[in-house]
Amino acid sequence: MTDTLHDGLADDSSSTDDAPVFVTSDLSVYYGAYRAVRNVSIDIRQNEITSFIGPSGCGKTTVLRCFNRMNDLIVGARVDGSILYRGIDLYGADVSAVEVRRHIGMVFQKPNPLPKSIYDNIAFGPRINGVRKRSELDDIVERSLVRAALWDEVKDRVKASALGLSGGQQQRLCIARTIAVEPDVILMDEPCSALDPIATGRIEELMQELKSDYSIVIVTHNMQQAARVSDRTAFFTVEVNPESDRRTGVLVEFDSTKKMFSNPADERTENYVTGRFG
Amino acid sequence: MDAPLDFRGKAGIADRLFGFAALAAGTIVLVALGTIAFTTTRRAWPALDAMGFDFITSTRWAPNDEVFGAGAFVYGTLVTSTIALVLAVPVSIGIALFTTQVAPPRWRKPIVYVVDLLAVIPSVVFGLWGILVFSKQVLPVYELLHGWFGGIPVIGALFGETGSGRNFMTAGIVLAVMITPIITSLSREVMDTCPTTDREGAYALGATRWEMIRGAVLPHSRNGLVGAVMLGLGRAMGETIAVALVIGSTVGVSANLFAAGDALPARIANEWGEAEGNWRAALVGLAVALFVITIIVNLAATAVVQRTGERGGRR
Ligand SMILES: Nc1ncnc2c1ncn2[C@@H]1O[C@H](COP(=O)(O)OP(=O)(O)OP(=O)(O)O)[C@@H](O)[C@H]1O
Ligand SMILES: [Mg+2]
Repeated sequence: MTDTLHDGLADDSSSTDDAPVFVTSDLSVYYGAYRAVRNVSIDIRQNEITSFIGPSGCGKTTVLRCFNRMNDLIVGARVDGSILYRGIDLYGADVSAVEVRRHIGMVFQKPNPLPKSIYDNIAFGPRINGVRKRSELDDIVERSLVRAALWDEVKDRVKASALGLSGGQQQRLCIARTIAVEPDVILMDEPCSALDPIATGRIEELMQELKSDYSIVIVTHNMQQAARVSDRTAFFTVEVNPESDRRTGVLVEFDSTKKMFSNPADERTENYVTGRFG
Repeated sequence: MDAPLDFRGKAGIADRLFGFAALAAGTIVLVALGTIAFTTTRRAWPALDAMGFDFITSTRWAPNDEVFGAGAFVYGTLVTSTIALVLAVPVSIGIALFTTQVAPPRWRKPIVYVVDLLAVIPSVVFGLWGILVFSKQVLPVYELLHGWFGGIPVIGALFGETGSGRNFMTAGIVLAVMITPIITSLSREVMDTCPTTDREGAYALGATRWEMIRGAVLPHSRNGLVGAVMLGLGRAMGETIAVALVIGSTVGVSANLFAAGDALPARIANEWGEAEGNWRAALVGLAVALFVITIIVNLAATAVVQRTGERGGRR
């Protein structure tokens, strides 16, 4: 995708390859008066897979959804601090959330195909981006399905309803539909939690393949998965304020996956990755 | 465990009882429909027998000459309900989309409340408002439309001369107001069932609100919307008193929407008191005709839903 979030700014920031895709500083997220996550500072690098791990409720989804402004859709959700995407303040006054999401795609925990045919699910994104030509759409649909390792299973029935696919197939369809719009970054929120080991393996392979073109952020509860696929890992946990009993998510440690799993700096990380969290 | 395992369970009996009750209820509805169809047809038979096929095709209705052709009333019913749908469906779906997808949450309740309030107004009040106020005030608008479109070939035929304000168009508009609440509230309910995950899925691909509605909400609610429109149409075709007051009560078929005419139920209500013999039988025949049209329209709608369903969304 060559067009930019908004004119002017992005052109001169078309970054060198080692500049981070996202620079998050001091990010706090509120749902109404409740602060769900506080003071997260994290850099997401280009052509890397970054994984978020941590106990349930520590705010992994919440932080992930800030990267494509998905939290805008939740009434009362509010963000403090800043996220720069290739130099642009994602929450800047003249940045449109719709435009942001065309650059930063998302795959959800639960497969959520639209109640349309397989073909129309994938063509939906390109169509709203203005692709009208039938042959071009056919191409995109086939290419995306092939990349998502789904083409062989569905090539005879792309006009059939997407809701007739199995859960694992639906999830791969959702990945296919995300890459069909050729985003710059793909955010994945526990994409394999409903899948069997074989389908999970396929999706992990796919992520390795996509890595050469995209930057990927994945939330996972599966420690082995984080260790297997990701280059860098962020560990979040929940802090409980003993006075108010308020629970707030915090980022504990963020480093190369190798270091996080072999020799973490923080004791809490060590306890978590070795299964002694409690 | 000493007692032998017993997997028969009690649920089996309850399920069978419930199944039986459901079947019985369904059967009762079918039997009632069948009985109504049978008895009304039998009462209408003298007239139907005398007129033959002309009962539907003829547009001449002359009780004094014992000529009963329902054609003009069938036409009136179809035209007025079509006008009502053309006006009410976009408005209703628009209001439903606005309340479920666009309006800030605190506006939703008041809007829903006001629209639902329209539904509790008795139809005779609509009819009286139509005859006393609306049909008079709308006359200049009709004349304006006649001036604009009257000269255009083909379309011009729809916008002919205006007599009194009581005509197909007025009846259609009054019906539109009457069926808007029901279509709105049913549409609203199906749209509300569109899962947040579906909507977020569309947004995550960079959809604007309208693109999200087209991609997620509408495909999700399609069947329900057709159902809502069908209920509205049923109400429009069956509406008696309001139509009887504003349609002009004239036997006539005209492409001109500003011409007076009559509709099936309105004619029955107007003539029932004085009719006897074959005349009365013919009026019952009008009811049978209405019944048949309603069934045909519903079957057609079901067929449409199923055909598009196979091509598109639903399993
Ligand atoms: N829409 C919302 N409104 C209010 N509070 C929310 C909302 N979504 C999440 N929260 C709260 O924010 C905190 C973090 O939630 P989040 O979903 O980000 O956790 P998570 O790390 O993704 O957990 P899990 O691993 O179970 O998915 C939780 O305490 C949760 O209750
Ligand atoms: Mg989560």
